[in-house]
Amino acid sequence: MNTHVKPSKLVKGATGDWEIIVGMEVHAQVTSRAKLFSGASTEFGGEPNSHVSLIDAAMPGMLPVINAECVAQAVRTGLGLKAQINLTSVFDRKNYFYPDLPQGYQISQYKSPIVGEGEVIVDVSPTEQIRVGIERLHLEQDAGKSLHDQSATESLVDLNRSGVALMEIVSKPDLRSADEARAYVSKLRTIMRYLGTCDGNMEQGSLRADVNVSVRRPGDPLGTRCEIKNVNSIRFIGQAIEAEARRQIGIIEDGGVIEQETRLFDPTRGETRSMRSKEEAHDYRYFPDPDLLPLHLDQSYIETLAADLPELPDEKRARFIKDYALPPYDAGVLVADRESADFFESVAKGRDAKLAANWVINELFGRLNKEGQGIATSPVSAEQLAAIIDLISDGTISGKIAKDVFEIVWSEGGDPRALVESRGMKQVTDTGAIEAAIDQIIASNPDKVAQAQQKPTMLGWFVGQAMKATGGKANPQAVNTLLKAKLGI
Amino acid sequence: MSVDTTTVRRIAHLSRIAVTDDEVAHLQSELNAILAFVEQLRGVDVEGVEPMTSVMPMQLKKRADQVTDGFIADEIVANAPRREDHFFVVPKVVE
Repeated sequence: MNTHVKPSKLVKGATGDWEIIVGMEVHAQVTSRAKLFSGASTEFGGEPNSHVSLIDAAMPGMLPVINAECVAQAVRTGLGLKAQINLTSVFDRKNYFYPDLPQGYQISQYKSPIVGEGEVIVDVSPTEQIRVGIERLHLEQDAGKSLHDQSATESLVDLNRSGVALMEIVSKPDLRSADEARAYVSKLRTIMRYLGTCDGNMEQGSLRADVNVSVRRPGDPLGTRCEIKNVNSIRFIGQAIEAEARRQIGIIEDGGVIEQETRLFDPTRGETRSMRSKEEAHDYRYFPDPDLLPLHLDQSYIETLAADLPELPDEKRARFIKDYALPPYDAGVLVADRESADFFESVAKGRDAKLAANWVINELFGRLNKEGQGIATSPVSAEQLAAIIDLISDGTISGKIAKDVFEIVWSEGGDPRALVESRGMKQVTDTGAIEAAIDQIIASNPDKVAQAQQKPTMLGWFVGQAMKATGGKANPQAVNTLLKAKLGI
Repeated sequence: MSVDTTTVRRIAHLSRIAVTDDEVAHLQSELNAILAFVEQLRGVDVEGVEPMTSVMPMQLKKRADQVTDGFIADEIVANAPRREDHFFVVPKVVE
């Protein structure tokens, strides 16, 4: 898809430039109450093995029955990725042995996934947008969890996650840098959060990625790739790609050859290392699961789901640009999550949208980030911020005073208009009062007056003094006009 | 298509089936007999024929998204050779 080599994406090696090629398999936990093939809860945490049915523990004779909502969630996600929905898909067994996989196989989809090719538009920076091809999305079971820290010789196995539905979203090898990969995963997460199909909570493992990395000389055929397994944060995805690309370039430049293998990223050492134990596991001997019939979907079922989809981030962004005349980047920041977009819309409704966007992005988001808070827990509500903007727009307070009001509302709460009244923060637009202050300054600084008349840039000093004398409440425009008139400049 | 003794050993290992050296030759000929039969099937022209997954036209049975199971940790670990606080205990497996 990205056929042109962008010079800015190339990495300098000792012997020249290299291009990094990245493809990703993102495992996203489906938002559902019960598991993919059993009635046990998907809730995070819980006592060991409490969210486990006899099916999840692979007791003999138990049969899987598919959860209709997990199917609907996969279809919704496919629609959100502008992808082909396959009316027939098949569940296969992927065979391997591991203590947290009691069945001895994972039920997955191999040859016939539920969702086929699609596309995601990703903003990499304010000025750069890329298109990333989606190869497929399929449904599969999660495995259980092994705990290794409790003892030197034993591992503890908890099957609470065993059988929880995952969507594996496979991208085409369209990514060309760590930045692009990070932006792609963020975008996938945004789309799925809008859709309500995956909560995207990386700390709880709801979103993990296997990252395929290879390098080549620009224009050459694809190099041998290595797969970095189970990277569980967006930051680590970027670091893993950079570390792995550096490793591969180093080997090739020293005359070596890359061996295709599975690797693990070690965040504390900032490097990847081989997972030799996984090498033979690549022979999964897939075959159709005889316990499950093929999954058939009706076109009308898909259309019903499509009709109920919420407005997606790309559409919302386009609407914000069109309806509120926002710069594309600002619109992109606002739609990054649904709550922020809703917050902005309730602030902007019937008001100066650009002013509203500036306040939401710079003051509110800036402050929330600093305090490590999210929009959901913002101490300043949309109504309060809207009131502050109204006070600016009707000339009651200046933008500078508004920041003070914002601070008070943030830490103490309250109605901004009442606060401005009770604390005497109203802007002085009464020219008489401003004039008196200015006259006073002019009278006591004859030398500065003389200077100003020679050098009009001195005006700034007088404006500063006047603002100081009025406690910052004077209308800056009125001050300017009056000063110019009185100083004759 | 046929398998050699190395493939027989590899498949046995992947399936975690213990196969002794003197069983390999016998298994090899059994597997090759099965593969020869599949080879014979391959001669049939199935162009345009949908794979049959069921004799009766049946739909995949589906379930509503309700929590109807679980909370039986005692039973889940009841047969485990080793357990601790409702965890299964297995020999150390670590990457």
